[in-house]
Amino acid sequence: MSTQLKDNRGTGIGASVPRLEDGPLVTGRGQFAGDISFPRQLHMRIVRSANAHGLLKSVDVTEAKALRGVVAVWTARDIENVPPIDFREGPNEKLAPFRQSVLARDRVRYVGEPIAAVFATDPYIAEDAADLVAVEIEELPVIVDASAPVADFADGLTTEATICRQGYGDVDAGFRNAAHIIEIDVAIGRHSGVPLETRGAIGRYSAARDVLELHGAAKVPHRNRESLARMFGRSTAAVHCYEGQVGGGFGIRGEIYPEDILVLLAAMRLGRPVKWLEDRREHMIAANQSRQQRHIIRAAVDADGRLLGIDDRFFHDQGAYIRTHGTRVAETACGILPGPYRLPNFRVACHFRLTNKTPAATYRAPGRYETNFVRERLMDAIAKKLGLSRVEVRLRNLLQPADMPHERPLTALGDEVVLDSGDYPGLLAKALARCGWNDLEREVKARREQGELIGLGLAVYVEKSGLGPTDGAHIHVHDSGDIEVITGGASVGQGFETVIAQVCADKLGVDYRRVRVVHGQTDRIEYGIGAHATRATVMTANATAVAAGKVRAKALDMASQLLQTDPRRLSIIAGHVVRLDAPDQPLMALGEIANHLRPTSKTRGGREPGLGADGWFDTAHMTYPYGVQIALATIDRGTGGVNIEKMLIGFDVGRAINPVLVRGQIVGGFAQGLGGALFEEFQYDERGQPLSVTFADYLLPTVHEIPQVDVMITEDAPSATNPLGIKGAGEGGIAAVGAAIASAVDDALGDIATVASLPIKPQWLKAVIDAYTAVSP
Amino acid sequence: MDKVDIILDINGAAHEVTVEPRRTLADVIRDDCGLTGTHIGCEHGVCGACTVLVDGAPVRSCLMFAVQAHRKRIRTVEGLQQGAVLHPLQQAFIDHHALQCGFCTPGFLMLTVGFLERKQHVSEEELLDVLSSNLCRCTGYENIVKAVKAAALQMSASK
Repeated sequence: MSTQLKDNRGTGIGASVPRLEDGPLVTGRGQFAGDISFPRQLHMRIVRSANAHGLLKSVDVTEAKALRGVVAVWTARDIENVPPIDFREGPNEKLAPFRQSVLARDRVRYVGEPIAAVFATDPYIAEDAADLVAVEIEELPVIVDASAPVADFADGLTTEATICRQGYGDVDAGFRNAAHIIEIDVAIGRHSGVPLETRGAIGRYSAARDVLELHGAAKVPHRNRESLARMFGRSTAAVHCYEGQVGGGFGIRGEIYPEDILVLLAAMRLGRPVKWLEDRREHMIAANQSRQQRHIIRAAVDADGRLLGIDDRFFHDQGAYIRTHGTRVAETACGILPGPYRLPNFRVACHFRLTNKTPAATYRAPGRYETNFVRERLMDAIAKKLGLSRVEVRLRNLLQPADMPHERPLTALGDEVVLDSGDYPGLLAKALARCGWNDLEREVKARREQGELIGLGLAVYVEKSGLGPTDGAHIHVHDSGDIEVITGGASVGQGFETVIAQVCADKLGVDYRRVRVVHGQTDRIEYGIGAHATRATVMTANATAVAAGKVRAKALDMASQLLQTDPRRLSIIAGHVVRLDAPDQPLMALGEIANHLRPTSKTRGGREPGLGADGWFDTAHMTYPYGVQIALATIDRGTGGVNIEKMLIGFDVGRAINPVLVRGQIVGGFAQGLGGALFEEFQYDERGQPLSVTFADYLLPTVHEIPQVDVMITEDAPSATNPLGIKGAGEGGIAAVGAAIASAVDDALGDIATVASLPIKPQWLKAVIDAYTAVSP
Repeated sequence: MDKVDIILDINGAAHEVTVEPRRTLADVIRDDCGLTGTHIGCEHGVCGACTVLVDGAPVRSCLMFAVQAHRKRIRTVEGLQQGAVLHPLQQAFIDHHALQCGFCTPGFLMLTVGFLERKQHVSEEELLDVLSSNLCRCTGYENIVKAVKAAALQMSASK
């Protein structure tokens, strides 16, 4: 057994092997949405609202329709029987009135809202025609601040769609018994995933098979297939989604948007495939935005700085409509806010508000990027108030290994929060030692005396991953010896194929390069919940491991008959059956065994045909990785620019399947988090006009802005919720960047100002530094 | 709109196409010539995903009209590989895990090839300046820098 494990570990679990995905991607042979074309296809262009709020008086399509090459122009009247886009988790009566219609009916509520759709034989013509659609809108007052007084959303409905409440214990008693009460008012800016590939969708209806196809699918193809089937009144047997290469997901891609519905509907009605590709400006006003919240949060602590209670009230800026996620981001924020700390009493109320901006939903680490910033700002404020070091206040409050598993009467993503395993103080100690925290503190002090604006910051956080409850995989070994793992997972560029192949390789006893991983094809496997909430590796890998174990057993059983040997004396190494006492002598290839198991094989005996198996994995709860981020930042007095001199991310993933890929996730996530901390913001003017509609206004970090990141991946606390012990790594890099950078910049500012919002822009820093210098030079 | 007959020399092959003068080079390479490895990320010249080489120099093909490239020598990502052998930079991107979703990759490859082929010795600062012309949303750039450095060494050694 030990021999077998050792030999297969070459490309199995724990090996930093190169990715299987890369060949087509480095040679320009991938198939992204834009690369998919069908004969006779039409091109769709959307006419969008130029006003943030108004009554839609008229839409005149006459001129557009007359343009040569235009096949159809639709307004809401042409699709009256199409329902608004529903929530992924199913109907919700209370939130239903806030859903977005596929095309605006009588009101527009954000700049970018689809009003009409043009279908033409050429994308340039479609764009020309869209310019000819005359839209008349009577402007209404706008709301751009979710904490402003509520207004009317529609007749009888206010802009406060709901209030999400969670909590436990006796918060009021906690505050009555407090030695100190600390309150802060902090805000997170509006930013989002902004993948390099904009959205795209190609609808096709095959009358020959009576199947409606959506190409360019991503993230949750199986869930979307179910939603689309409901919307179109079709059987799931007659709707399929197909995922090709995906140019970055980050939460926003793969949700059902109005454009997806339109290409499908048009494909059926017009009898031709319909292709839609978003341009970048559209992406910045039409695709989901995220993050924006304002928290007014109070902590009650005892004389030693131990938390007695937290009471949080926050405003969630949902934008103009509630899309597929419903209130998921806000609910997650409520459930995850306490993070790694022992918190006896907790109360949170989220005012879930509609505004006249592009609708919001998830962006990588939804609810956590926000609340890690809020909670860690609060911990820093407690430290300051009590005169404690920021490390000490955290040490006094962190949950201990003996507290695990730690149940909290809260929910995140509809799942009860049970922190499954972890040594939070241990990881903090490791991180502090690794970066030389005490030396850094001395360095900061010395350089500050030289006049530098320099500061150290830290954040401790808990991530969540592996949202269940169930996922499956099917493995089939072909006669050639090649193995197909058919999953309902999805690949958004994270390396899904590689890690699933590694797990299969490890458990079955083959080289990972012989494994082909199928994902995002709803006609290959009945169920799947895709790639979201850092769940793909945890759930699909464990299901794959189960299936691989069954295939292995079946292969050995067949081989034992053929070789007349006890199966317990056999193993599989590098795709061949071997005897345990002679592991270097391959006796029979897996493909050969597969051949013996063909339906027509005479040697198959009573065994079920095929060398294959289904594997299912169930989990009761999510699994919680955890991390520490430490930043050393300086501020340029002249420009207000922030430079991150040092960055450490310590993150416990339980068990890393491919350490290089884990590191890639952490560093890539960090870069995005830095964007949200310092650069990226969807700004709107007072009339609700978006100001960040190009890459010249919405600043993604370039190579110049990203510091060297010291990544410390630990495997101290394997997950207790799955046999492989893995926890997800997809969102750990980004989750606490805003928190850590804010802490460092705040420390650098000293008495000049307090960092209370993200992004921390140079304009603001320069202003507060100049103002401070003017009064106390 | 009147169409124009042009010839694009892409990776050594002549493509005779008839296009509207307003069609961008990126669209013509992708849709008229069928070479979809050149990606379009922003259409306003910032992200660099559409970078191709025109007469050896990196160009944002979303900001150039196809008619401007008539009879010019164009190289795209599809032309980097020699038979079954990947270009050293392509191999380095795989070896150093310099891509995740891979959408920006062709642009980074063409940008860097264009730069390294014209430059013997490259300082770290120059390299970062060049790489800062393009955007990647997945990797945080760390491994792109590693891959480019490794390939630069290899390419200068074989010059």
